[in-house]
Amino acid sequence: MEDQLEKRIELSAPVERVWQALTDSREFGEWFRVKMEGPFVAGEAVGGQLTFPGYEHLRMDIVVKTIKPTSYFSYTWHPYAVNPKADYSQETPTLVEFRLEVIRGGTLLTVTESGFAKLPKERYADAFRMNTRGWEQQLQSIEAYVNKAS
Amino acid sequence: MSTKRRSGLGEKANVFAALGDETRLLLLAKLSKGQRHSISELTEGTKLTRQAVTKHLRVLERVRIVHAKRAGRESLFTLDPEPIDEMVAYLETVSKQWDAALTRLKAFVERDKA
Repeated sequence: MEDQLEKRIELSAPVERVWQALTDSREFGEWFRVKMEGPFVAGEAVGGQLTFPGYEHLRMDIVVKTIKPTSYFSYTWHPYAVNPKADYSQETPTLVEFRLEVIRGGTLLTVTESGFAKLPKERYADAFRMNTRGWEQQLQSIEAYVNKAS
Repeated sequence: MSTKRRSGLGEKANVFAALGDETRLLLLAKLSKGQRHSISELTEGTKLTRQAVTKHLRVLERVRIVHAKRAGRESLFTLDPEPIDEMVAYLETVSKQWDAALTRLKAFVERDKA
């Protein structure tokens, strides 16, 4: 079973710039859309309120793992912890890793998130329900469409 | 931006291949109301033969979207889309979020040059 996501993106900015955008918690918050309450320090937990439109009622909490300037930064967290009433603390968190490489014209950033297989199954269903219209609904609209056409 | 997956896509491709047929989509639509249906019920109102419907149901069964249960002399079919892989759906969601976040990161770090 697949257990990991990997994203690669080329950025037209020097490694130092990207490094700062990732590891300065205020700058991180700018693009990730979270108002972090403190700096990123290896081994320490930090969190803050999301600033993403529609999700401002939610918090995001991470535990910073490794900060290795300017090539590697990692943290663990509970992905998609969208239910403010749920206790996610018992779940095994996923590991998010950022790797930076100098390339011509900028930086190659590789992001991996791993450990999804250890998440409780209900979590998949949550996201599934929230983010797709669901199979039944999809199929019913197909049926409605076909019936209209015939 | 590219995404690499360790596995699971092949399985998903099979599911989509099974869905890539008008008759099978219609059968799924009939099953989507949550009830069990016999082959006769599923054949009703279509121009298909029982044999054709059976064949299509077997295809859906193979990719585990549809399940058959014997009830007396006939099989009753139900839609059970869970094997479509909740984890794949979940990862897709997380994947989309990363795409969006990294697009914002790109704009953020490249903004200074402009």
